[in-house]
Amino acid sequence: MPRVPSLRSRWASALAGLAVLAPALTGCGSSGQSGAVTLDWYNFPDDSGALQQAADRCGQQSGGRYTIRYNKLPRGADGQRQQLVRRMAAHDTGVDILGLDVTWPAEFAEAGWIREWTGAMRDRGTADTLDAAVRTATWHGRLYAVPYNSNTQLLWYRDDLVPTPPKTWAEMIAMADDLARAGKPHYVEIQGAQYEGLTVWFNTLVTSAGGSILTPDAQAPSLGAPAVAAATVMHDLATSAAADPSLPNQMEDQNRLAMESGTAAFELNYPFVYPSMKANRPELFPHFRWAPYPAVTPDRPATVTIGGIDLAVGAYSRHADLAFEATLCLRDRDNQLTNALKGGLPPSLRSLYQAAELTRDYPFAADVLAALDTASIRPQTPAYQNVSIAVSHTLSPPADIRPEKDVADLHGQIQDALGSKGLIP
Amino acid sequence: MTPSTASRAVPGRAPAGPSRGARQERRLGLLLCAPAVVVMLAVTAYPIGYAVYLSLQRYDLRFPEQAHWVGLANYGAVLSSPYWWQALGVTVLITVVSVAVELVLGLALALVMHRTVFGRGTVRTAVLVPYGIVTVVAAYSWQYAWTPGTGYLAALLPEGSAPLTEQWPAIGLIILAEVWKTTPFMALLLLAGLALVPDETVRAAMVDGASFGQRLRLVILPLMKPAILVALLFRTLDAFRIFDNIYVLTGGSNGTASVSILGYDNLFTALNLGIGSAISVLIFLCVALIALVFVKLFGAAAPGAEPEQR
Repeated sequence: MPRVPSLRSRWASALAGLAVLAPALTGCGSSGQSGAVTLDWYNFPDDSGALQQAADRCGQQSGGRYTIRYNKLPRGADGQRQQLVRRMAAHDTGVDILGLDVTWPAEFAEAGWIREWTGAMRDRGTADTLDAAVRTATWHGRLYAVPYNSNTQLLWYRDDLVPTPPKTWAEMIAMADDLARAGKPHYVEIQGAQYEGLTVWFNTLVTSAGGSILTPDAQAPSLGAPAVAAATVMHDLATSAAADPSLPNQMEDQNRLAMESGTAAFELNYPFVYPSMKANRPELFPHFRWAPYPAVTPDRPATVTIGGIDLAVGAYSRHADLAFEATLCLRDRDNQLTNALKGGLPPSLRSLYQAAELTRDYPFAADVLAALDTASIRPQTPAYQNVSIAVSHTLSPPADIRPEKDVADLHGQIQDALGSKGLIP
Repeated sequence: MTPSTASRAVPGRAPAGPSRGARQERRLGLLLCAPAVVVMLAVTAYPIGYAVYLSLQRYDLRFPEQAHWVGLANYGAVLSSPYWWQALGVTVLITVVSVAVELVLGLALALVMHRTVFGRGTVRTAVLVPYGIVTVVAAYSWQYAWTPGTGYLAALLPEGSAPLTEQWPAIGLIILAEVWKTTPFMALLLLAGLALVPDETVRAAMVDGASFGQRLRLVILPLMKPAILVALLFRTLDAFRIFDNIYVLTGGSNGTASVSILGYDNLFTALNLGIGSAISVLIFLCVALIALVFVKLFGAAAPGAEPEQR
């Protein structure tokens, strides 16, 4: 019979490869007694050069005690997590600093893969830092990471089509209907594909309706009436004239492109769309305006889901003390400002939102700060991936949502996900 | 010379048992095989055994110290999950349809390649090009081609249609990509089978007045049967384990996940080694079953085995 490689065998060979590589990696990781220690920083791939610049700058400022090597993780969030998880499961001593998506600290902390921040380090790592961002890095009351960049969505709209921005989802859908009847561009651009972005949308809507996906102790699903209200909004949008035909396939970048192509009147997206519109469609740019994220109910402003990266120190690092120090340097004011200006990522330090350098290029800085101050965080649980998959699979495609039934289904699926029971689709 | 031919030759000469020379030859044969057997055990038997071992545990990669035996509970969880049956259904559908289409197209291509007189090399090269392209690269070009806004094929469809986001169109496109990619492989195997058909036999049938259809049905295909069965066996096993095309084209979303994608997601995203290994073992059993059915029921000869007596 022909050889039949199983998935398991691929996995095993990958681990075996890691086990062989790990000593070699650390071998060149620390250059011994003479000279500086090399700290390995694993973070998302940045094309702007801001992260490499921060790594170089911190190495120079350390006075020869350490240098930071910036290792680029894969582009997709799933790929980043898979690589970090495999390294940490293999107790890789060559991982000193980890750039974690804000949804991962609970998982990594529970597994014992990242170190707790205590004492003076903790105080320095949270000073002047956005409260919601610190909460993403906190697990069971302890701090396991420090916020690097932050992110959140605003409502972007065209003021040549929409004179006053809508305050609620119902208003926005009604406006889009009117535009459609007038034969004008009318789509609402939002992330409707079956992926993390759909979970973010749902989380924003559920918390805006006054609920949450999980109970405060993260042991059980909460959902209830606010979740039904949220699912109803998603269904209403997807079945209205406001829905882009490719809604069930759209992620952030497709939304940006649709808005730039001129077919849409509204867009719910991150601030990266602003410089992009300026560069790609200068004729539309003067009409490209922003407003707070629309609310679910008129009496309660929206609580938008926070995104971003938290920096953690690896549990198996041989140079943990230096790694803590280097992490604080990587997220200091100068480096966050560079990251915001060059990389376009909103900082996690409050005071930077008033900095003249930032507000010159980001006129919406005050609105982003306001959204971040009232931001909601995604469910905090080590089983977050499974919970998120349950949400995005149940609510996809948005046009087929049956609010009552789907929320009831979701309740059972999240219960299974929290118990690591059953399969994920 | 393989040990089996050596021992088969023996009984005629020495009915009492293998002669000393034959025994030594046999020992040498085993000795020569040993390194290959050791390597196979290390790279195939050990991972399979370890997967079976893991599949009997509740084992989360994040919490290795909490691992414990759960007996067959993981298999129960997989077999009672609608996701498994949905993935199995999709996999079987893709396997059956793509292999059937490939057989027909492959046979046609093999006949063309066999009979081409002019530019034989060019024809064979042209046919083989899709097989020479890396699957992931080919899958990406299909993905871009079918994505509205970037793709020339999507532009042919009505405005607003995104075929890769709907279950049935997406499965159809996965099958198309799979057929495009592996038909040449099928054609190559069948071409080898065609070479086995003696020209005189075909010409004799022609003299008897058999039409092309009759010659194909009554002469060529029966003589090609061993080659066809081996080709079908190889392609069915490959198609059942389909992963890369789906991973690139749809990522397994919208009900297009194959069993391999399901196993991958449970192992690498959910980090659930127990469930993921159970899925892997079940895939392995399915593949073994397919091979068994082909060998026992249809009499496909395992590659390298003795040819059947004619």
